Amino acid sequence: MSTKSLEQSNSKEVLVPDIEFVARAPISEGRAFMRLLRRDLLASLRYRNDWVNPLFFLLMVVTLFPLGISPDPKTLTMIAPGVLWIAALLSTLLAVDSLFLQDFEDGTLEQLLLSPSSLYLMVVAKVFSHWLVTGLPVALLAPILSIMLNLSGEGLWVLMLTLLLGTPTLALISAIGAALTVGIRRGGMLVSLIALPLHVPVLILGTGAVQAVSEGFAYSAHLSLMMAMLALAVVLAPFAIAASLRISLGD
Amino acid sequence: MALFFAPEDYQQGNSFRIIYIHVPSASLALSTYMMMAVAGGIGLVWKMKMAEVVAKVCAPIGASFTLIALFTGAIWGKPTWGTWWIWDARLTSMLILLFLYLGVMSLHSAMQNRQTAAKATAVLALVGVVNLPIIKYSVDWWNTLHQPATFTLTEKPAMPADMWVPLLVMMLGFYFLLAVLVIMRSRCEIIDRERRSRWVQDIIAAEKGA
Repeated sequence: MSTKSLEQSNSKEVLVPDIEFVARAPISEGRAFMRLLRRDLLASLRYRNDWVNPLFFLLMVVTLFPLGISPDPKTLTMIAPGVLWIAALLSTLLAVDSLFLQDFEDGTLEQLLLSPSSLYLMVVAKVFSHWLVTGLPVALLAPILSIMLNLSGEGLWVLMLTLLLGTPTLALISAIGAALTVGIRRGGMLVSLIALPLHVPVLILGTGAVQAVSEGFAYSAHLSLMMAMLALAVVLAPFAIAASLRISLGD
Repeated sequence: MALFFAPEDYQQGNSFRIIYIHVPSASLALSTYMMMAVAGGIGLVWKMKMAEVVAKVCAPIGASFTLIALFTGAIWGKPTWGTWWIWDARLTSMLILLFLYLGVMSLHSAMQNRQTAAKATAVLALVGVVNLPIIKYSVDWWNTLHQPATFTLTEKPAMPADMWVPLLVMMLGFYFLLAVLVIMRSRCEIIDRERRSRWVQDIIAAEKGA
């Protein structure tokens, strides 16, 4: 309750700046980007559920594996990278539902589409702020969780690095699915169906890097491929997201 | 025909004959996806209704071919590799292709508005195109159990002529099958879309009269 009233009292200056800059003379692209980023970060700080719940979910999924497979330390070390990656992937999918939904319901998304600023940059700002509150905590939490799964030493840091490189790619790909399904009721399941096949290469490379480390091989090839995928996703995915948003809101 | 005239393989015996179904359907699974993506792209850019129709009917056809390729591959894998399924790069990426088809189909059926559905699936199909080169070159990039491509345009096939000629005929036959399927399904789809227009009503009236 308290967060809601706070948000309403501040809504004029922070939460709906888009309407103001449409009405006034257009502001520069960079400022529009920063304003949207700031607004989204503030909004997600106030709707705490959006980013706290996926983290709890991650923690619980990771807990299930030792209980379900075996608490034997050797087995755990072997499955740790895969478990953490799958858990991160699922929590990304869970979180991405909220990326456009709230803005769609209160009309902010339509204002964004109508605004003179480039939709490409707006989409980048939205996904970036989303990743800051959902993907980054997952990557930062990973070392603690991997100690719980008996993974330590170099593998732990490589796992964290792959998550840092991989979660933005996952967020960008899932955002395509979220944008396509934003107008559909109960689209959550559909987002998973659409986005999961595209997530597979990231998952393979991410877990492959950690496995290479544990077997004493070089892992730089995996990391450079992941960086290449991230670069491609950052450049291309916003086009697809912007186009999907225009389609979803078109009717 | 390929089943009877091609000689037995010296290592695999008669089981190699499944290649005459497996290879064409796998190749068609990829071609159909490409066709769906291209048709979807044309529909997005030039807003042609026919392109939307073709893109829509491609999805179930391609999904069936992918399923056939996976299924025959599993049957073939049992006598030759000794296993139904392994997590090999080519097999896994074909499975992902099947999931992509299923995603396209479920997205299409989830949307109420036909035009929105066509545009949305076109975007998804275009995004999924990144998977195609991964499947195509998976056998060259990774060391896997699956053999490399049977046919290339530049080199002579590694099989004797009385084995690869029937395969080529089967490939052509499958491509014609694809063409017929797409045309038939498109006709159904057009009639379904235009069921309120005069010329469809006339056809129905004529059918009833006859």
